[in-house]
Parts: sequence; structure tokens; C-alpha cells
Amino acid sequence: MDEEAYPRRNYLNADYRFRSWLWTTDHKRIAILYMISVTLFFFIGGAAAVIFRLELMTPRGDLTIAETYNRLFTLHGVIMVFFFLIPSIPAVLGNFVLPMMLGARDLAFPKLNLASWYIFMIGGLMAVGAIVAGGADTGWTFYSPYSSLYSNSNVILMALGIFVAGFSSILTGLNFIVTTHTMRAPGLTWFRLPLFVWSLYATSLIMVLGTPVLAITLLLLAAERGLGIGIFDPALGGDPILFQHLFWFYSHPAVYIMILPSMGVISEIVACFSRNRIFGYTFVAFASLAIAVIGFLVWGHHMFVAGGSIYAGMVFSFLSMLVAVPSAIKVFNWTATLYKGSVSLETPMLYALGFIGLFTLGGLTGLFLATIAVDVHVHDTYFVVAHFHYIMVGGAVMGYLGGIHYWWPKITGRMYPEWWGRLSAGIIFIGFNLTFFPQFVLGYLGMPRRVHEYVDEFQVLNVMSSAGASILGVGYLIPLAYLIWSLRYGRLASANPWGATGLEWRTPSPPTTYNFDKTPVVREEAYQYDQDELLSV
Amino acid sequence: MSAPVAASAGHVAHHFDDAEQQYASAELGMWLFLATEVLFFGGVFCAYAVYRYWYPEAFAEGSHHLDLPLGTVNTAILLLSSLTMALAVRAAQTSEQRAIVRNLGFTVLLGLGFLGIKSYEYYHKFEERLVPGPNFVTRHPELAQQPGGESRYPPPAEVKEEPRYKLSSTAELFFSLYFVMTGLHALHMVIGIGILGVLIVAAVRGAFSAAYFTPVEMTGLYWHFVDIVWVFLFPLLYLIH
Repeated sequence: MDEEAYPRRNYLNADYRFRSWLWTTDHKRIAILYMISVTLFFFIGGAAAVIFRLELMTPRGDLTIAETYNRLFTLHGVIMVFFFLIPSIPAVLGNFVLPMMLGARDLAFPKLNLASWYIFMIGGLMAVGAIVAGGADTGWTFYSPYSSLYSNSNVILMALGIFVAGFSSILTGLNFIVTTHTMRAPGLTWFRLPLFVWSLYATSLIMVLGTPVLAITLLLLAAERGLGIGIFDPALGGDPILFQHLFWFYSHPAVYIMILPSMGVISEIVACFSRNRIFGYTFVAFASLAIAVIGFLVWGHHMFVAGGSIYAGMVFSFLSMLVAVPSAIKVFNWTATLYKGSVSLETPMLYALGFIGLFTLGGLTGLFLATIAVDVHVHDTYFVVAHFHYIMVGGAVMGYLGGIHYWWPKITGRMYPEWWGRLSAGIIFIGFNLTFFPQFVLGYLGMPRRVHEYVDEFQVLNVMSSAGASILGVGYLIPLAYLIWSLRYGRLASANPWGATGLEWRTPSPPTTYNFDKTPVVREEAYQYDQDELLSV
Repeated sequence: MSAPVAASAGHVAHHFDDAEQQYASAELGMWLFLATEVLFFGGVFCAYAVYRYWYPEAFAEGSHHLDLPLGTVNTAILLLSSLTMALAVRAAQTSEQRAIVRNLGFTVLLGLGFLGIKSYEYYHKFEERLVPGPNFVTRHPELAQQPGGESRYPPPAEVKEEPRYKLSSTAELFFSLYFVMTGLHALHMVIGIGILGVLIVAAVRGAFSAAYFTPVEMTGLYWHFVDIVWVFLFPLLYLIH
């Protein structure tokens, strides 16, 4: 586009001093701080995965010993869940576009927003410190009494790092909820909001109501381990299962913290690149809330073999299946949106289509696991590992990358190279499936998770999985390279390169510090993609 | 809640349209924060419920070792501090500068009084080896006996057989929960007193008036919440049989 489109004064060049970034209260700059941080954490967590996928190339433990392996998968789980997936879309993309989607100048509490980032970094440094000091070996689930009494690793520092980072999540959620309630532009009623806002709202509810329970649980764990007071210690009459209940009360809804924002991104992308209104807007919006609410009632499905009552198991099994209903509503509505749309396959759309397929597969295998009899067979096997990676990597990460590409012109004012974008989206899709589909088979055949040695029969499938992981790794490095390249050499972006609806596209690319010169007034529903206009083009 | 505030423009941050929007945001944010606090304490209340259901006798025994008179005095102190906090908010709304400072000061003093009594109770528990951990009294049966051979925890009259000490080992769970719950509550009080201190400094400079009293009111909400937590803790810990 022409140079005129690039605003001379924008949020990126408003001030070049280092201090102006570290003390910024601009939601867009804070989003950039988060983007850099979570990218670092992503590659730390990814590096651990590289090492243990190499170890799993052979049935013997020839690259690492068991203890090292335990620390590697704990590192991978903790970093990826708490320091990449949970903050990724809300804190990066949500922070950047939520105020603009609402027609606001900033979030309701800008200083709190900056404080969230600092809290997040303190928590992250504690976790990295624990890793540098030797890591923890409990798995990301920290089950007591192993974690509280027996583990000979840095459990306390790791747990407290997550405890601290949790407050950043709580404060971000609080900020988003208040902003959505009080900062909407005139005319922007609830049912004119973009679906990304609805999904962030549902996510924030989980962050605000779930995370404090994790916080107190980890605090009790650290107190038990550090001070010797017994809350979960069976020797004193305490109950380790209580830890599991409290842990999963947060950590199952946390799965929806990871996937719901991704679903919101997909709604934006699918509507934009099929030039269609979202089919069944209200259903998609309420499906997000339904997932958030039902998500709080299903934690027991992680504990079918923990010795609880069979009747409780049946209730949890039923409730878990209920989550499939709003999830399926979303998938069907995205598909219906594509129908008779004018579909174009730019990079964000490739990620969105990949998301729909992979999320469906991950969701359906979730139904297998919600069935008690099947779960007893595949519990703690690679089947579970494959299932949640289809949701978290095939779902959440695909959505994150799709969103990054979709809003990249808005964030940086530059276009990414389209050809490379499509290439890496394809590589990631192929690499992902090659990595994780064999794990479904491995798990069904009985290979347990969290082991560094296995019987010879499983080697072929493990080699396939490791080969896929190396392709996936290349797929992730390519965007890292070309996105950085595009900062300097990318084509200048216009204010609205995709011809998308949504208030964020009415700001210049990149936006000015206060987003809008004057507060916009909204007169129509979201996703008014005009078919007639398209026909005439 | 009180009517929206017509603040002077100086108090409205750049990203808000007007004082009303700013006040609504602060209020909703504070209530949401209190909701997270409910869930935070909810975790330990859940643990309490489970263990008390399992070990009612051990909980009753443990409860009898708490200092009921001091706990009662502390409850009264906290309720009184809620009154002075409410008066401080009222004084801010009616722009009575001296009354703001005075009532905030009373609230701080009462809060400090509560913490003082609580520390004395903790100290006493420490002396009696009732702090959970390796030195807990039931882990050292021999120490339960006084040098004279008399048990420091004589059995109540109605008990026929003579236990060596009155506490069962699961009572340690009760004391774990006692220290975690009252400790977290005390931590919230310390934070609250810190915030009140900042408010007093601001109030002395005349920062609050009918035009702008959001910080006083929000701190009031927090302070009342911390009081309510104690209103639940007191009967659950001190008054069980």
C-alpha cells in the first residue's frame, strides 16, 4: 500500500526509549511485551520436547536417564501450560485487539495490565530458576504425596512460580471482564460484539473463578513440603485425593482457558475469509459461556481410576459428554459459515481450517476418554497425550498462529510474506499429525505415558512421532524467521488489508497510541460482510 | 451502592469518557476481585469441610485448645473496625476531612489490636507445641508429660480411661488448617492495614471529598470482606464441639 496509509505517529514510534516500553500502560505495547515473553517460553518448552522425542527414538534409555527424562517432561508441561498456552491468546492478541474491538482507548485498568506482565515475568523467572537449579520431576500435575513428601527436586520454587503467574492470569481476566462491561462504544450492544470478545469474556470468567483455587492448592502443597504441616499427608489422616480434586477443579477448566480464545480467533478468521456472516451468531456466543460453565463441573473425569465412587464417576462422565454439545455447535456453525461463502485461502484461513479439523479429532477422542470403561483401558497412556495435544497444539496453538498472522498487519503495520506463511501452515499441519496421530495408536496398544523406555514393538510408531516432531519444529521456526524479517522488509499494510469488519480495522496500521481519534459509533451487527459488493468486485 | 460521582475532571484517567464510567469500572473490578478471594479461601474451606466430616472428634479436641475468650474479643474488635471503616467511607462521601482521618486511624488501631492478640495466641500455641510439623505434641508422646508426671492435657472428667495425652494424631490436621486459615486471614489484614496507611496519608492531604472517594470506598469493601472471612472462621474454628 501507499506510504500515506502508514501513520507518521503511531504507538510503536511514539517513544523509542527502553523505559517507555518497560513503563508503558498502552495495552498494545503490553501485548508486545507478552508476545516476546511467551515466544521465549514456547521455545524453552519446545527444546525439552526435542530432547525427549530424541530419547524416544529407541526403546532403551540411551540419551537420558529416567530422572532426567522426568524433569524434561515436567519442564515441558509446566512451561507450555502455564507460561505459554494460558497467556498466549488472551494476553497477546486479547490485550492488543480487545480495547480496539470495543472502540475503547485502553483496557479499564492500564496500570493493572502492566502489573500483570511484571507478575507474569516474576513467576516465569521463578519457574526458570527452578529449572536451572535442576528442575522438578513431578509432572505438571504435582500429585501429592509424591510432590509433597518424596520428590527430590525443586518442587516448591516451581509451584510458587506457577502460584505467582496465576495472579497475572486473574488480573488479566478481571481487566477484560470490567473492560467489556464498561468500555463499549456507543451502540455496541452485547449482541453486536465480535465473537472473539465473547470468547475472551468466557475465558476471563474461568481465569477469575478458577485460578484462585489453583493458587491455594499450590500454596498448601508448598506449605506441606516446606513447613511440614500436613494437609494432604495420609500419615496424618490427610487425603492425597483431595489434592487431585482441588488441582483439577482449576486445571480442567484451564483447558478451556486455552481453547476458548482460540475458538474466538477462528470465528473472526472464518467469517472474514469466507466473506460471510457467522452462521448462528447467538449460538456461537452462548456456546462459549456454556463451555465455561459446564467446564467447571467435569474435573472428576481425570480421576476415574483414583478410587472414587462409581456413581460420581457416572455423573462426571455424563457432564463431560455435555461439553461436546457447545463445542459441536461451534464446529457446525463455522462449517455452515463456509457454505456458499467466497472462501479464500490466505495463511490465517489455512490455520483456521486446520484448527477445525484437528479440534474435531481432539474433541471426539475426548468423548472416548469421558467414557469410563474406555478410560480405564487408556488412562495414563499415550492416547491421553495424543488427545490433549490435538486440543492444545492442534487447537490452541493453531488458533494463536492464525490470529498472529491475521492481526500481524495491524500489530506491526507490515504484511508477512504470504507464500512462506502458507508453506509453514502446511508444514505445521503435516508435522503435527505425523507427531501425534501415531500416539493415539501407541496409547491404544498400551504404551504408558511418562516413561523413557518401552518395549521394542512400539519403536516404529515412536520413530514416526519423533520424525513428525522434527517437521513440526521446522514449521515453527519458519514463522519466527519470516515474521521478524517482515518487521523491516515486509510490505506496508493498509488499515484494513483483509477487508474485514470490526472496529480494530478502522484504526490505522499500526494504530495510534489512543487507537481512535474520536470514539466510534456502532450502528450494525458484527460480520456485515456485504455479498452484493463482493459480487460486483 | 452510593450514587455515581460527579468528579472534577482531574480525577478521570485519559481512557475513560467520564467519572461515572471510571467509578463503575472500579466498583465492578473490586467486586470481581472479592469473588476471586472467595474462591481462594474456598479451597481451604473445602478441605476443612472434608476433614471435619471425617474426623469430628479430632476437630472438637483441637478446638478446645483454642483460646475462646481471646477469639471472642478479637471478633468484637474486628466488627468494631468494620463500623469505623464504614464511618470513614461515610465521612469521605460527606467531605468531612477530619472524620475521614480519624475513622481510618481507628480502623488501623483496631486492626493492629486484632493482630496483636492473634500473635499472642500463636505464641501460646507455639509454647504448647501445637504448631503442626515435626515438633507437634502428638509426635512426641513423652513430652506431653510434665516433669512431675502430670499430663499437661488432663483428660476431661467424663472420660474414664486415661489417655497419655488428650489429642489424637489427626488433631494435627485441625491445627494445620487453623494456621493456614487464620494465617491467610492475618496476611489479608496486614495488606489491608498497609493500604489504610496509604489512604491516611492521602486523606491528611485532603485527597478525598464528595467529588472523589473511590479509593476509600473500595478499601472499605476489601476490609469488610476480610471481616466476613473472620466471621466464618471464628465459629468454624473456636465454637465446635
